Amino acid sequence: MLLIALLVVYPAFYSVHLATLNKSMQRFVGLGNFTFLFKRQTFWMVVWQSCLFAITAVIFKALIGFIVAHLVHNIPDKGQRKWRGMLLVPWVIPPAMSTLAWLWLFDPSYSALNWILAQFSIDPVPWLGNPTWARFAVILVNIWVGAPFFMIMYLASLKSVPDQLYEAAKIDGATWWQTIWYVTLPMMRNIIAITALFSTIVTFANFDIVRVLTGGGPLDKTHLFATWAFKIGIESGDIPLGASVSLFMVPILAVAAVFILRDINKRGGQA
Amino acid sequence: MVTTADAAHTTAGQPVKYRSVSNDRIWALRWSYFFLILFALFFLMPPIYMFITSLKSSAEISAATSPWMVYHPTLSNYIELLTSPQFLTFFKNSVCVSVGVVTITMLISIPAAFALARMKFWGSATLATGVFLTYLVPDTLLFIPLFKMMAVFRGWTGIDLINHWWVLLILYPTLTVPFCTWIMIGYFASIPKELDEAAIIDGATWTQTLTKIFIPVALPGLIAATIFAFTVSWAQFLYPLAFTTSTDQLVLPVGIITTLIKGDVFNWGQIMTGALLGAMPPLIIYAFLMDYYIAGLTAGATKG
Repeated sequence: MLLIALLVVYPAFYSVHLATLNKSMQRFVGLGNFTFLFKRQTFWMVVWQSCLFAITAVIFKALIGFIVAHLVHNIPDKGQRKWRGMLLVPWVIPPAMSTLAWLWLFDPSYSALNWILAQFSIDPVPWLGNPTWARFAVILVNIWVGAPFFMIMYLASLKSVPDQLYEAAKIDGATWWQTIWYVTLPMMRNIIAITALFSTIVTFANFDIVRVLTGGGPLDKTHLFATWAFKIGIESGDIPLGASVSLFMVPILAVAAVFILRDINKRGGQA
Repeated sequence: MVTTADAAHTTAGQPVKYRSVSNDRIWALRWSYFFLILFALFFLMPPIYMFITSLKSSAEISAATSPWMVYHPTLSNYIELLTSPQFLTFFKNSVCVSVGVVTITMLISIPAAFALARMKFWGSATLATGVFLTYLVPDTLLFIPLFKMMAVFRGWTGIDLINHWWVLLILYPTLTVPFCTWIMIGYFASIPKELDEAAIIDGATWTQTLTKIFIPVALPGLIAATIFAFTVSWAQFLYPLAFTTSTDQLVLPVGIITTLIKGDVFNWGQIMTGALLGAMPPLIIYAFLMDYYIAGLTAGATKG
């Protein structure tokens, strides 16, 4: 039993230990890294980009997930399994691999997306060459990867809403919109909140997509905390500076984690 | 819902009002299908395009024809990759790492979850929360301290951890163990207490209760956790990118990206083939075990 307890403590505290190591490494270097970072324009740009990236991506993922979950819920039960299976594919493919496919779709000279646009005689879009479009592309790919996860979670919670509630709403003459607003959303509130928080953490700490798609460019306009920390810490070899960059993820992650834990404890108390 | 619509549809001489309701339903269904097809196109476009490109030769890729059509399908990309020793090394490394990680994860998280779910020792609830908290710590936060730690470790013992594929066996469990333990706690906690009490009364030890009662009963959860561990370790990109560099130590995703993209010469046919092959194992598992996969996915948040 002691051995088992040890096996529990070990992996749990291993990561905590690693997390604290971050801080001690900083004390070792002093606060110089931070003052240096605050003076750099790139740093503030990365902060702004990370927030923009995470917030837009999570909102759209939630929105698309919600819509698609409703659509799947609408169709007869028989076909739902098939559709669900198809729609979850982006989540299953390793993100690094699917981002390669997107990279090729966005390719400057052979872009298949531009080819489609050209059929409607729209000028080619510089997907990854222009900062605004590059940001758009990075967010788009992230939405593509993450929306199926929301869809699956929402679908599971849609199924748990009792049919009687909808029938009651119908008898009371509620419109379609009122049904969603007063019945579905309150019933799903918990799941929506927790999925969004999970996704905020994952999106905020995202690495694969930006790394493969743009590598942070053009002109560092798509760097997130993780990719920038990687560039500084591993590629340029300035480990302490990279560590201090990645530490800026902590406050936001901590806030999200606190909310998730509160929610889980609350439900634990109910059960 | 559907039955009322059908009934209204089949019985003749319905009042007009019912008919309009059934029409509404049918149209809602049609619109649902229409939008579902749109979304499915969006969701499936990259994998399909991967497949299309993988069947093309370099000449056809750079030709001015439609990128969405294959005029001269060829398997040369597949043959070339599957006979290249480098690609096979990546594949072998990936398989070794993933299988190893799954084994380690299961060996740790099953006893851990069992202890946390059943043995009510001091602080077990806090510990369970702690396990969950670890799951929320992203890899992007840990890779720099880990990198530094390994350098320190080399300084102490002279053992070089960086640039060996087996170092990933130590790193990945930090990502997989917390979540798998968390899922397993949920599954174990849902097993009725009477079941293991009966076993204890019959004189079973804790180990016997675990292997004879808990593991068989919670098998679906176990499969879900295994799938999760496998998918995570197969798809992990940051750690191998940071910790392995020489081409014989790389795993598949990193290998494809670092070796097939050479300078400005992008051999897209091969890159797409490699990416598709790299995506295959999780997709195959998903295709066969979809229900377990989804169970594992939703368990994390709903089973709390």
